[in-house]
Amino acid sequence: MARPDAGIDARTRRGPGPTHLALMLLPALVVVVMLFGGGLLLGVLQALGHLPGAGLERLSGMHFGRVLTDPDFIQSFGLTLYVAAVSTLLAAGLSVVAALALNRMAARWRLVHFVFQIPLTVPHLVIAVAVIFMLSPAGLLARLAVAAGLIETASEFPLLVNDRWAIGIILTYVWKEIPFITLMLLAVLQNAGGELIDVGRTLKADAWQRFRHITLPTIFPALGAASLIVFAYTFGAFEVPFLLGRTYPMTLPVWAYKHYSDIDLMARPEGIATGIVIAAVVAMAVVTAQALTRRARKRGIVL
Amino acid sequence: MSRPKAVLVALTVLAAVGLPFATLVIWSLADRWFFPGLWPQAWGLRAWSYVVTTAGGQVITALWQSVAVAFVTAVVAVLVALPAARALGLYSFRGKDAISVLLTLPIIVPPLSVAMGLHLWFIRLDLAESFIGVVAVHLTFCLPYAVFVLWGVFSNYNPDFESQARSLGASRWRVWLRVMLPMILPGVIVAGLFAFLLSWSQYLSTLIIGGGRLITLPVLLFSLMGSGDRPVAAAVSIVFVLPALVALLFSARHLGGKSLAGVR
Repeated sequence: MARPDAGIDARTRRGPGPTHLALMLLPALVVVVMLFGGGLLLGVLQALGHLPGAGLERLSGMHFGRVLTDPDFIQSFGLTLYVAAVSTLLAAGLSVVAALALNRMAARWRLVHFVFQIPLTVPHLVIAVAVIFMLSPAGLLARLAVAAGLIETASEFPLLVNDRWAIGIILTYVWKEIPFITLMLLAVLQNAGGELIDVGRTLKADAWQRFRHITLPTIFPALGAASLIVFAYTFGAFEVPFLLGRTYPMTLPVWAYKHYSDIDLMARPEGIATGIVIAAVVAMAVVTAQALTRRARKRGIVL
Repeated sequence: MSRPKAVLVALTVLAAVGLPFATLVIWSLADRWFFPGLWPQAWGLRAWSYVVTTAGGQVITALWQSVAVAFVTAVVAVLVALPAARALGLYSFRGKDAISVLLTLPIIVPPLSVAMGLHLWFIRLDLAESFIGVVAVHLTFCLPYAVFVLWGVFSNYNPDFESQARSLGASRWRVWLRVMLPMILPGVIVAGLFAFLLSWSQYLSTLIIGGGRLITLPVLLFSLMGSGDRPVAAAVSIVFVLPALVALLFSARHLGGKSLAGVR
């Protein structure tokens, strides 16, 4: 660092000069811009038909055009949107219930609060594997169904993984994402305290009115921001639909990778173009989430 | 909340979270478990001995490979993140919101999009199929994540202690080492643990940049799922999940679990 003494004054705590600040930020920003920004930029160039050594004059929207007009793309896009939207809505709804319950639960139930957080750090892949063991036609649930006399053979068991409605994928995401949204909501609820609810009660608002007109507006920005992050993540994730999805139609990330790894090298730019489309959708969701958070902060809601 | 209600919530949470793990543990201990048996017909340690013995050397190799990649990624991420996080946490300046968006995007935009773009470039730089290449692609999201955790740590850090130490004649290095580091150490460890975990859980970017040469645990787990040996896949899944639980225990102890929110 350039000027060690520029910074900290005990009484006024002036910040270091702009050059010093820039030097502190530079290493991290250079790595992110080069590897992340560079990766996306190179992806866009390749998706526009740029090949190494061929110069930039041959760029065209051909690959994007081919991807966007492919009937399979529309199918994949629809499926991905469906999986991301349903997972997000289910997780958001259950998170509101969980946050309200945990918020009212005494702090001495620490073990419950801790266990509730476990899914946060567990890799998606592990849960996808467990879901296969539980829900596949030879899985635990099917065995339970046989034991209960509901079915006799595995083939009678309804498809819950690699199925048409992506039930296994959605369940995996819901399990993983509930603690994430709930923790964001709990932070807001704990900051808000119970005073407004008490005021509502003295004004004779019933439980539903208190929820609808006090709690919901309080948590809404956090709920929206967290849900958008979950949506963005589930829209672009690969492992879970790769393991638990059907071979046709595939979700967009699986479709992108399939093209990218195709032995036909002509399919590669189309895979990359699909990856760029995914990145664009995800980036829009993230930027919207950030805007929501900023607006909430201006209104005085702590996130 | 009334006690029976609280017990009900507690049981629901325990069952919902515990069920997948119980399933994996039972499968990993089943030597024979034919349909439609509700319990394994024969219990045993075949899967576990496959994991730890030489016959299953590939599991141990993949384990070390995963540990090496994730460890190097985490150390680099924390070292590069520290000065940036200090700047972001302690001082206010223009452009902070823009930097926040710039750092959020790599955490959420799927590594798939980035890795596909980087691959060709890495081939030309001779980084494809290499350890450094895989670490580099993991850094794209581990580094921003480490910045966010440490940003939070520095927002609660009081640098006045540093000027006191300096006025008593301590050198700059000594101040960092003896004043700053001990105060932020729990946060640094948590940032490192979660950067480790993010890298540890990565599958597709490792596969694209590593080109199938770098077999980490998730890469191995995918091929095991393809081969259909369920007990071994279950045992490897359990090994794969252990660092996640360690990281959670540590951070719950030191940060109340709040910094976890962004982990994927």
